[in-house]
Amino acid sequence: MPENILEFEQPIAQLEAQIAEIKRLTAVEGVDRGEEIALLEAQVEQLRLKILGDLTAWDHTQIARHPKRPYALDFIRLMCDDFLELHGDRLAGDDGAMVGGIARIGEQQLVVTGQQKGRDIHERQRRNFGSARPEGYRKALRLMRLAEKFGRPVVCLVDTPAADCSVAAEEHGICEAIAHNMRDMFLLTVPIIVAVIGEGGSGGAIGIGVGDRILMLEHAIYSIIPPEGCAAILWKDPKRGPEAADQLRLTAQHALAFGVVDEIVPEPLGGAHRDVDATARALKDAVCRHLDELSAIPVEQLLRQRYERFRRLGPVLDPRAAGQAACDGRVDGDGAEPAR
Amino acid sequence: MPNGWFRRRKQPDRAASARAQDVPEGLWQPCTRCRELLFTPELERNLKVCSRCGYHFPLSARQRVSLLLDPDSFVETDTDLETLDPLHFPRYLERLAHYREVTGLKDAALCGEGTVEGIPVTLAVTDAGFLMGSMNTVVGEQITRTVERATDRGWATILVSGSGGGARMQEGLLSLMQMPKTSAALARHHAARRLAIVILTDPSMGGVQASWGSLGDVILAEPGARVAFAGPRVAQQAGVQKPPPDYQTAEFCFRHGQLDRVCPRRELRDTVARLLRFAAVPVRSAHRGHPVLAR
Repeated sequence: MPENILEFEQPIAQLEAQIAEIKRLTAVEGVDRGEEIALLEAQVEQLRLKILGDLTAWDHTQIARHPKRPYALDFIRLMCDDFLELHGDRLAGDDGAMVGGIARIGEQQLVVTGQQKGRDIHERQRRNFGSARPEGYRKALRLMRLAEKFGRPVVCLVDTPAADCSVAAEEHGICEAIAHNMRDMFLLTVPIIVAVIGEGGSGGAIGIGVGDRILMLEHAIYSIIPPEGCAAILWKDPKRGPEAADQLRLTAQHALAFGVVDEIVPEPLGGAHRDVDATARALKDAVCRHLDELSAIPVEQLLRQRYERFRRLGPVLDPRAAGQAACDGRVDGDGAEPAR
Repeated sequence: MPNGWFRRRKQPDRAASARAQDVPEGLWQPCTRCRELLFTPELERNLKVCSRCGYHFPLSARQRVSLLLDPDSFVETDTDLETLDPLHFPRYLERLAHYREVTGLKDAALCGEGTVEGIPVTLAVTDAGFLMGSMNTVVGEQITRTVERATDRGWATILVSGSGGGARMQEGLLSLMQMPKTSAALARHHAARRLAIVILTDPSMGGVQASWGSLGDVILAEPGARVAFAGPRVAQQAGVQKPPPDYQTAEFCFRHGQLDRVCPRRELRDTVARLLRFAAVPVRSAHRGHPVLAR
């Protein structure tokens, strides 16, 4: 029986256990109960479609945080033909919560970077649970500069509960690190593809979250605050996370509707952990497709589009802009924008 | 003489708070920090800084504008932007209505243009009195327009943070996206080699501090202002223990090299003016700027 059964998966798991038990008895007692098994298996399939096809925001949150969910290095290993990890921010240290290096997909050389969570308790500590420190953000930016220098695109894999907020992080300027990453990513003269692969945790996520295309895995979440934190503030009760998750509109579907992400990359039924290879293949296909598109765009246009892509996020009511959308992404004085 | 030392500190305090209850409202007020009773007109003349302990009282966004800009030079822009309440967040519109009444602002920021010692600038101020100065879609749009306007005119921009609430939870992901949006405007401003001055006032935290609050060419902060990434609640949840005594203050940030100056309120305007004069070179004679975004 698989470990780490999520709450909403319980009914499925119970039926599956029942089937396994019948199969075991069949083997022991030598009685053929094939019909019964077939019936139950059909039931499981129906149940699976019903439950997994209609997940709540909280269910998505659980899948996004699933301990067996593939992490950045898993995706890098499966998507890239070649990966050489590079370390250090050249200033203070090497952050285990942020990994990165040079990689190759087919003929395409690129830089990949992303937050990395840990599998066991030791790795989790070393990775700081995926909460990157200032050193991590600076390492990521340094690697992006390396990509820029050689005209290689950048792929950022976002998976973090939040940026590190320890005393050391404050001392070393976590705010400065995140802010400068964002600013300089708008000036980076090579294509950037961002993929939210698990938890898109607030400032921690956006610190490597600026790009020309923002992709999001189907069950990943992207939120300004963890649902538990939101519940603690709203109702003084962190246990009301499920309600808060719903209220925060943190699913990939919502992010797509807001225009925050451009494409949702489908996951296998039940989540990426059910078939890691298939998920990595789907993400790789999407990344390659967008890289092809982006590589054809002249750099000036690329940067202008990147600017405008974020410029139009968060429309407001503007009574003076009579009849015109409040923020239509126009950059005054930058001239006409060639159609893409 | 520890005893005398303690008595001297405590006695005026008690006397001050006792007296504070008798005086006609408005004429005298106790200092928030040291409880010294301050004569209000004197306090106003002192730019709302306690003459005894140096405590900087909070200023509203409008007071901040008159502190920094030349008299009558301020022209407000983008005053009537309003949020679309994208998440239909519970009780959010009621709270907005309340703070509109209290502050006289439509949302947490006031922006516009004016001059400092004759030098034109655009300026945006977030008001800690409005939902902790948190950044939502409106504030993000106002900051962005303020910076863009400066870039397009070749002016400097001054951004004053009183944003203790960071990015505003009630507008979710779209509040978060104001971080890259405002950073993009500052990237363009930077690439065009224009000056951005950031002034941090109490409190400046979270998503604002991790975006435009950290992106000034020069960053000034008022003494004692709380400046940090994680608010106390978040830090506590994350298990931060035994922080240093001045943790998350302007002085702490200064000590760690994150600020140019901790600048008393009385010196702010002059400091800003000196920076503006420094940067007011004819840009044509300076570098041509970033090859892509600068025009």
